[in-house]
Amino acid sequence: MQLKRLTPQRLYILIGYAVAATALFCAPLYLSDFRLNLLAKFLAFAIVALGLDLIWGYTGILSLGHGVFFGLGAYAMGMYLKLEASGTSLPDFMGWSGIKALPWFWKPFESFAFAAAAGILLPALLALGLGYFTFRNRIKGVYFTILTQALVIITTTLIIGQQAFTGGTNGLTGFRTIFGESLGSADTKRMLYWVTAAALLGAFVLCRFLVKSRFGRVLRAIRDGENRARFIGYNPAIYQMLVFSISAGLAGLAGMLFVFHVGIISPSTMAIVPSIEMVLWVAIGGRGTLIGAALGAILLNYAKSEFSASYPDAWLFFLGALFVVVVVFLPKGAVGLFGKLKIPQRRQSKHEQEPIGHSAV
Amino acid sequence: MEVILSQIFNGLSISSILLLIALGLAITFGLMNVINMAHGELIMVGAYATYVTQNLFNDYLPASLFNWYFVLAIPVSFLIAFLLGLVLEASLIRFLYGRPLDSLLATWGVALMLQQLARTIFGAPNVAVKSPTWLDGGMTLMTGVVLPYKRLFIIGLVIVTLLAMFLYIYRSHAGRRMRAVMQNREMASCLGISTRRVDALTFAIGSGIAGIAGCALTLMGPIGPALGTYYIVDAFMVVVLGGVGKLVGTIIGATGIGMFNTLFEFWTSASLGKVLVFVCIVAFLQWRPKGLVAMRSRSLD
Repeated sequence: MQLKRLTPQRLYILIGYAVAATALFCAPLYLSDFRLNLLAKFLAFAIVALGLDLIWGYTGILSLGHGVFFGLGAYAMGMYLKLEASGTSLPDFMGWSGIKALPWFWKPFESFAFAAAAGILLPALLALGLGYFTFRNRIKGVYFTILTQALVIITTTLIIGQQAFTGGTNGLTGFRTIFGESLGSADTKRMLYWVTAAALLGAFVLCRFLVKSRFGRVLRAIRDGENRARFIGYNPAIYQMLVFSISAGLAGLAGMLFVFHVGIISPSTMAIVPSIEMVLWVAIGGRGTLIGAALGAILLNYAKSEFSASYPDAWLFFLGALFVVVVVFLPKGAVGLFGKLKIPQRRQSKHEQEPIGHSAV
Repeated sequence: MEVILSQIFNGLSISSILLLIALGLAITFGLMNVINMAHGELIMVGAYATYVTQNLFNDYLPASLFNWYFVLAIPVSFLIAFLLGLVLEASLIRFLYGRPLDSLLATWGVALMLQQLARTIFGAPNVAVKSPTWLDGGMTLMTGVVLPYKRLFIIGLVIVTLLAMFLYIYRSHAGRRMRAVMQNREMASCLGISTRRVDALTFAIGSGIAGIAGCALTLMGPIGPALGTYYIVDAFMVVVLGGVGKLVGTIIGATGIGMFNTLFEFWTSASLGKVLVFVCIVAFLQWRPKGLVAMRSRSLD
């Protein structure tokens, strides 16, 4: 891509991003440790939202299965942390189930590098596999969505059922250290926060690059008219598989970071309701805009942590109503609302701006 | 032999429940292209309607009549779910035609609210519905094989519902209008069929059948606000597997999933069985991406 001219509008946006990034990285200066930990969790969620936005907002595929990808990433990192916490002995829940030796698929997770790679690659490969068997046959839309939801159900039942290997309903918890540093100490937490913020920033840049590239244009073409894209000569299945896989990898990355901050991963975190809540973050923030998706995840989770503890009943009503209102009245989410307010301004600048040439196609 | 027979019966029993739940879904999805995630909650509403009927019988009518409450509970739960479906269609669903994925999300929101409503009214713990005494016990087929009357009753109920649906869809004027709208909405509308009214009625009927399903589920065990969520995904899988447009697809889909589920769970474990069923469904969709019975159409997008 060639460098675009720096118009005042673009400058404002860039300044906005710079301020947001600075605020993000300086958060430890003005937030208490507790709040910082919460924010770190929300940032991890924002990464999932980015990935979801890639496939839903830009490609038009609704996945209700991102809880699984998130959970797989989280379990991969959880296994590493659990092994480190257990030292030379077996993880505690295995002992309760009467397992004498470490199962073979646990062994490689003793290495951090393997766990980190698996946390991203496992979800990505699972998504690639599922995508291969569905998109290739033009199973799409609602059918695909239902299949992803079924994936959630079977994954959670599988994890709960294989208690001896996975910790069952309790999940993996009781982590102590990472690289020998205590997970509970404020310094480690701050470090992990920065790692998460950097990961979010990286994910954002990656998604933005994808969306602005030729690849992103094909994605939008598939969203707006899959058959037309096919007739032009693109194979939508390959693009759909790829973007689904990338999106799952991002969810896996988020899951790994989530485990660091929360210290537990259990099947309930990846069940149907959390998976669909992830979609709500994107819907509320604004599908089709990356910043909207990320902000939606952070704000909605902030609201949840504020209200759900004190008014658990009202919160569910609110959440349900939010779903309905956003879908019916705000298909573009909060960012869409914001964009509506700015319409007169944009029209003005349209006359001044020369039409931007299509650089890539 | 006994094991095989009782497994087959178990499979049939699960299939019949799945079928009852998926029937309503198949109709709304096939006709209106609306994914109703609140379907599970309509089941829950039907179940609670049965619970309330039982309580009313208990409180206000002589004990001798108590056994017959269930006969009344079936139409009552149908009616309540039917009315709720009408309200839902008029207030929300009709804004979502042509946007199936959005309808999925919006109805999920409705489902959350209905669940919370049930929790507020009836409390979070499960409540038990006492099944009538004439459904206790079972039919002894041979030594070791006992078919509980409750499950037989559910199978019977499903057959009756299916028959009624068949008569309605294929042998009545309203059903003919419904099929016309399903096959070609614009054409049907040009010929003077009020598609609005057909949509509303169809959605309400689908909801009503969910109510009956809820009523039947009270026989299987205690009911709670989250009753519907256990079945909803399986029911959707039935629709995906069976395809939309014809009742026979749904019947085969439900029987297939119910039978294989029982079979695999018997061979392996409950959790692995579910995985195998899922793999089988995905494999099947490789062969028939639109499900077993698909409406033939030349339209593209």
